[in-house]
Amino acid sequence: MSKKVDIKVTVNGKLYERSVEPRMLLSDFIRHELGLTGTHTGCEHGVCGTCTVWFDGEPVRSCLMFAVQADGHEVHTVESLGTPDNLHPLQQAFMEKHALQCGFCTPGMLMTFAHFIQRHPNPTDEEIREAMAGNLCRCTGYENIVEAVKLAAQRMAGK
Amino acid sequence: MTTEVKTKVIGKSVWRNEDPRLLTGMAQFVDDIELPGMLHAAFYRSDYAHARIKSIDVSAARARPGVVAVYTAEDFGDYWHVGPLQVPPPLAIKGAQFNARPLVPIAKDKVRYSGEPLAVVLAESRYIAEDALADIYADLEPLPAVTDMEKALEPGAPLVHDDLGTNLAADVYQQVGDYEAAKAKADVVIARRFFKDRCAGGAMENRGIVCAWDEKAQKMTVWCGTQAPIPMRNAIAKNLGLSEDQVRLVIPFIGGGFGPKVMTSMPDDVLLPWLSRKLNRPIKWIEDRRENFLATTSERDQIHYAEIALTKDGKILGVKDVFYHNTGAYDPYGMTVPLNTQTHTLGQYDVPNFYTQIKMVFTNKMVVTPVRGAGRNYGVFVMERLMDLAAKELKMDPVEIRMKNLIQPHQLPYKTGIIGQDFVENVLDSGDYPASLKKAVEMIGYEKFVKEEQPRLRAEGKWVGIGVVNFVEGTAVGPYEGARVTVGNNGKVVVLTGCSTQGQAHFTTFAQLVAEQLGVDVKDVHVTTGDTDQFHWGAGTFASRGITVAGSAVYAAATKVRAKALSLASKLLETPEEELELADGVVRVADLPSKFIPLGELAMKANPTRGTIEPGVEPGLEATAYYAPPHGATGYGTNAIILEVDKETFDVKIRRFVFVHDCGTVVNPMVAEAQIHGGVQMGIGTAFFEQLVYDDNGQLLNASFQDYLMPKATDMPMKMELGHLSVPSPLNPLGLKGLGEAGAIPPPAAYAQAIENAIHDVDFEILDMPLNPSRLYELVKAARKK
Repeated sequence: MSKKVDIKVTVNGKLYERSVEPRMLLSDFIRHELGLTGTHTGCEHGVCGTCTVWFDGEPVRSCLMFAVQADGHEVHTVESLGTPDNLHPLQQAFMEKHALQCGFCTPGMLMTFAHFIQRHPNPTDEEIREAMAGNLCRCTGYENIVEAVKLAAQRMAGK
Repeated sequence: MTTEVKTKVIGKSVWRNEDPRLLTGMAQFVDDIELPGMLHAAFYRSDYAHARIKSIDVSAARARPGVVAVYTAEDFGDYWHVGPLQVPPPLAIKGAQFNARPLVPIAKDKVRYSGEPLAVVLAESRYIAEDALADIYADLEPLPAVTDMEKALEPGAPLVHDDLGTNLAADVYQQVGDYEAAKAKADVVIARRFFKDRCAGGAMENRGIVCAWDEKAQKMTVWCGTQAPIPMRNAIAKNLGLSEDQVRLVIPFIGGGFGPKVMTSMPDDVLLPWLSRKLNRPIKWIEDRRENFLATTSERDQIHYAEIALTKDGKILGVKDVFYHNTGAYDPYGMTVPLNTQTHTLGQYDVPNFYTQIKMVFTNKMVVTPVRGAGRNYGVFVMERLMDLAAKELKMDPVEIRMKNLIQPHQLPYKTGIIGQDFVENVLDSGDYPASLKKAVEMIGYEKFVKEEQPRLRAEGKWVGIGVVNFVEGTAVGPYEGARVTVGNNGKVVVLTGCSTQGQAHFTTFAQLVAEQLGVDVKDVHVTTGDTDQFHWGAGTFASRGITVAGSAVYAAATKVRAKALSLASKLLETPEEELELADGVVRVADLPSKFIPLGELAMKANPTRGTIEPGVEPGLEATAYYAPPHGATGYGTNAIILEVDKETFDVKIRRFVFVHDCGTVVNPMVAEAQIHGGVQMGIGTAFFEQLVYDDNGQLLNASFQDYLMPKATDMPMKMELGHLSVPSPLNPLGLKGLGEAGAIPPPAAYAQAIENAIHDVDFEILDMPLNPSRLYELVKAARKK
């Protein structure tokens, strides 16, 4: 075991001060140190995108970063988007378009697309699929996710 | 038996009850469970596929700070045991030979596949447990590995199970009519060898288990994402010498199943509960992706030697199929997968003479158990390819030859004479096969494409082709499922079943079945699918049986509760039952809605604290019911695709994707369509992307998502055009049939036909799957050289 390092990380607007081993993955830190289990891990080698979070506002794979790299930075997870009683428009669209089945990859999808929609308020199907190519889903065949992202983008732009 | 059901909620695309929690990160999966004092397990696994174990030195691992224990097979002492066999041998089939070699929990004396566990470490954190794996030294003497099914049966082949004296795991044949006699009369006989390789289950959530022994309560609680909660509870109880009620299995949300999670006695399932009791500490183990690729279960390489005999006008006289099925190193799941192949080979076709033989083979590869499609797609691939070859030989149109041989609606129910994975004769219960083919042909515009578009595109130099294939999907097999429906004092309804959920929307579709009967909001029905302390009868979620088998039980229980509610309300409201209705959470007089009693209040009256209840009446607004089908319900459909092959890269782009299916009565169309979508994704995966590549030493060469290609969003068709038929099954009151695996079944066959059709200027045959651009290039190159 290596010596622990003190870090300060702001997650979903709340400052956490923790002492962690330098080798601890950011995904493990979020899930098991902070108990924010909405972020999932599907491969831990950076391919499936399930663990996607925002790091200083940009989507990253939290399984490919160490917690110590987040010292002094800001992280957002799926828990920052909405609550069961007050869903984010993207979450609402996912529900309405049945864009999730088992729901395991969904937090990563949401973090990818909540960011994507900000940059692409009026996306085409091709752009959405291209953006999704870094997130694997085994259940849905992706089609309903494309529909949900379009719906959410329309609603968010239309306000 | 089927009655016309006038529905209010069934058949509606209701949004899912489970989604708000799943969408906000509030749904609990097994790795989210943290218990005080919990230990973390990690497995030391063999790098060799076949090796003699000389010694394993775990002393350095044991000495590592933070490590609590390290166990090898030897350390488990008398607890080490073989098995159990999760699915029994197919004794219902006459003359069936089956050699049971179920899994061992941890390798002893010998390793039989790469990834097989040799030691398990228990430590205060997962990081420490994995550190300790590097401290272990296993002295293994490598043995020659056997991976090829045919070579495995040659004399002198290395033996996977030395005591057996052969690698033949099973030999089962079934026949209808007399194929050889039919062949003698045939104008045309076509014979080929087909090969179809393995794919992974590939659920996004890996397997995992948390177990906690409570010494004071003498009770074991296990959280696990199994598809079969009750059988797993029973297996753990038996292993530990406990009575069933001393083991509670709780199923949290499951991040996809697809087959491999149906297993109930994987090494971790057997070892970790025992260790939790022994060490009196909770234990968690979460599989990583590499372990999932190497050492969970996967599906099915098969080699088929198949032939078809026809008249010169294209009528099929008979089919013969002798095939090898690679079960891997053990056969814990019996013969489910190859039996599915046998029952699905003839599909929708009326074939009077059929001979089918399985040679199941042990090899030094990962164990094979069902994965979505579960052998069905292999039979369908072989048959549809034979039809294409026959059409080519007879210069017939592929659609025409299919139409000519379909089983007609008046022939249903059609007894196939072949015994299936459920050990009863396969019966095609309901449907209209010609309607399915016609609909698909119309939807894709077959005539117009073949006569107008394709010639034009070919003139432009494009390789554009069309494929149309049929399939059946045996679903909803027995033995049975059960459910209990209870109206609470708050008027909300609780549904309990042992049929667990991996994303199929049971929290919503089961709720719809109840809401239909009890007149409550779907949101007010809470479904629990796998807590053995609450409901402990059932077999599990597999073979596309959830909505049909468990759903029928839920519906029957809700029907009983409705009857109870009406009977009691009739007395309290002093109104005949016929004049009452259940709606908006109350029982009321239909013509006088102001005269009502809320269901919650009725529930309280049905469970009085003093006084008495009538003799013969059970307390509470509650009922339990079971549904046991006599045999499975068979769905079916047609897949029609138009694709383009890139002449430079040999990549394939889908231009149109039409999928017609019939799952009988649809409970939630939105959910049903999405089941097809997901199935198709796996079907396309196994046609053109997914392949577990083993070398001759039994090493899996692509054990990561980087190297194993699951279809991405950019690999899928832009739009799946679905066509629905709905011929109710006569086997259950609602007319339900399953559809979970349908989408995964026909795409490889459709791809093969369409690709051959696209590359019209080269004479070649696609007999092996999966394809990929380089394999397709090699095939075409070889054909051009000829």
